[in-house]
Amino acid sequence: MRAYKGLYLVIAILLVLPFVLPNNFYLDLVIRMVINAVIVLGLNLLIGFAGQISMGHAGFLGIGAYASAVLPSHFGWHPLLAMAAGALATGLLAALVARPIFKLKGHYLAMATLGLGIIINIVLRNEASWTGGPDGMPVPAFALLGFELSNDKHWYWVVAALLAVSVWASLNLIDSPFGRALRALHGSEVAAQVVGVDVVRYKVAIFVLSAVFASLMGSITAHYVGFVTPNLADFFHSIELITMVVIGGMASVYGSLLGAVLLTALPQALATFEGWETVAFGAILMLFMIFLPKGLVPTLAAKFRKGG
Amino acid sequence: MLEQFIQFLFSGITVGATYALAALGYTLIYNASNVINFAQGEFIMLGGMLAVFFTQAGLPLPVALALAIMIPAIVGVLVEKLAIEPVKGAETVTLIIITIGASLVIRGLVQVWLGKATHSLPAFSGDAPLIILGATLMPQSLWVLGVTALVVVALWYFFNRTLHGKAMLATSYNRLAAELVGINTSWVLFMSFAMSASLGALGGILITPITLTSYDVGIMIGLKGFVAAVVGGLGNGLGAVVGGLLVGILEAMGAGYISSSYKDAVPFVLILLILFFMPRGLFGSKSTDRV
Repeated sequence: MRAYKGLYLVIAILLVLPFVLPNNFYLDLVIRMVINAVIVLGLNLLIGFAGQISMGHAGFLGIGAYASAVLPSHFGWHPLLAMAAGALATGLLAALVARPIFKLKGHYLAMATLGLGIIINIVLRNEASWTGGPDGMPVPAFALLGFELSNDKHWYWVVAALLAVSVWASLNLIDSPFGRALRALHGSEVAAQVVGVDVVRYKVAIFVLSAVFASLMGSITAHYVGFVTPNLADFFHSIELITMVVIGGMASVYGSLLGAVLLTALPQALATFEGWETVAFGAILMLFMIFLPKGLVPTLAAKFRKGG
Repeated sequence: MLEQFIQFLFSGITVGATYALAALGYTLIYNASNVINFAQGEFIMLGGMLAVFFTQAGLPLPVALALAIMIPAIVGVLVEKLAIEPVKGAETVTLIIITIGASLVIRGLVQVWLGKATHSLPAFSGDAPLIILGATLMPQSLWVLGVTALVVVALWYFFNRTLHGKAMLATSYNRLAAELVGINTSWVLFMSFAMSASLGALGGILITPITLTSYDVGIMIGLKGFVAAVVGGLGNGLGAVVGGLLVGILEAMGAGYISSSYKDAVPFVLILLILFFMPRGLFGSKSTDRV
C-alpha cells in the first residue's frame, strides 16, 4: 500500500489546483502539462521499464489527433467513435510494425521508429485535401450526450481524471507479472528469455499500449485545442516527449509527471528570451543529461535514501 | 525516356554524395565512441552558412571555404570535449538527447547570428551546363562528385596506410585492447569529431550552390545521412558511401517518377524496408549478445 502514497498526493494536488490557479492562462498550461504527463507515462513504460527506444511517438499522437479532426469534419463521425477509430488504427499500425522493429536493437531501433514517425508526419503534411496540409485544420467540439466540452474547467476535470487513472494503472502494471517481465528484459534479454519470458510478445504489447496511449491523448489534445497542425507529429515533438521521460527519470512513474510538468513549462519560461529560445532549450537539455543523467526523481530518491 | 532517367540519376548522385559525406561523419564518430551524433546535420548547415557569410564579407573563395571547414571542426571538438567526454558510458537515450541538445544550440546560435533567410553561393566554376546523353549536368555537380571521391580515397589511405588511421580503427574494434597497446583513445575521440564535423561542413559547402542553405537545412540532411549510414550497416565506411549514393538516387527517382512532394519520405520508407529484412543493414556484421 506504501506505493499508493504518491498516487494520493497526485490526486490531492489535482483536486486543489483549479482553485488556486490565478487565471485561465495557468489553467491552460496545467491542462497541457497533464495531457503530456499521460503520454509520457505510456512512453516511460516502453523506454524506462522495457528499455526500448521510440523516436517516433509523436507520429502516433498525430494519428489520434487527425482521426479526431478528419473523421468528424469530413465524414460526420461522432467524436468518441473517431477517437476510438484513431486508437484502433494506431494500435494496428504499431502491432504491424512492432514484430520486425523489435528484432532491432539500440540505434537500429532508434532509426526505424524515427523513420516511422517522419513518414506519418510527411503524409499529414502532404494530404492537404484531407488534413489541411502544413497549415493544419480545425477540430469540431467534443460533445457527449448533448453536453459540450467547451470551457477549460470541464477539460481540466476530464484530463485530471485520466491522469489519476493512468498513474494508478501504471503503478499496478509495474507490480504485475507483466511489469516484472518488462524490467527483466530491460536488464538482460537473454536472461529474461532463459527464465521463460516471451521477449518479443512483451515488447510488442508494451509498444502497442504506449502507442495507443499517445493516440488517445492526441485526440484529446485535438479537441481541447480545437485545431491540429502537423507539428504535433513532427520529429522535434517526439524528442520533446523522450526528453520528458529522461529528465523526469527513466522507469519512474512520478518522474514522468515531473518531466512532463517541467518541459511543458520550459518553452513558456523561455519565451521571454526572444530569439534565444532554441539555444536555451538545447543548452538545458545538455546540462540536464550531463549532470543528472538518471533524471530528477531517481537522483533525488537516491539522495534521500543516503541521507536517512 | 533515357534522358529523363539519366537526369534523375545525375541529381540523385549529386545529392547522394552529400549524404555519403554525412554518413561517413556518423560512421567515424560511431566507431570511436558508439555515439550517434544527431548534431551531424548542423555541421553540414554550418559549412554552407559560414561559406556564404565569409564570401559575402569579401574574403577570397579559398580562404572563405577553409574557414567554413575549420570552424565547424572546432565546434565538433567543443561538442566532444564539453558534452560527450563527461558522460562516457551513458545510456544510448542520454547520448541521443545530448547530441540533439547540441544541435539545437548550434542551430539556434546560427539563427540568432545570421537570421532565418535562405542563402545561396555562386557555383565554383560557372553555371554553363554540360550536356551528357541528352541530360544536363551542372559543373557544380562535378565538384561535388570529384571532391567526394577524393575524400573517400584519402580516408581509405588514412585508415589503411597510416599509423594514426590504424590507431583509430583499432579503437573502434576494441577500446580497451587499443589502450593496452598504447593508443591514446581520447585523442581518437577528439580526431573523429574534428574529422566528421569537417566532412559534414565540406558536403554542406559543396551542395549549397545547388540546393541553397538556411539555418534549418541541417535537420533533414542530417537525418537522411543517418539513414545512409544505417543502410550500409552502422560503422562500415564503404557501406556509408554506398548507402549515401543509394539514398540519393532513390530519392531523386522517387521525386521524378512517383511524387515530388513525397521525396523526403523515400529514404525513410527505404530504411524501414531494409531493416525489416536485414536488421543490421546491407553490409552490417552479425553480432551476438552476452548476458
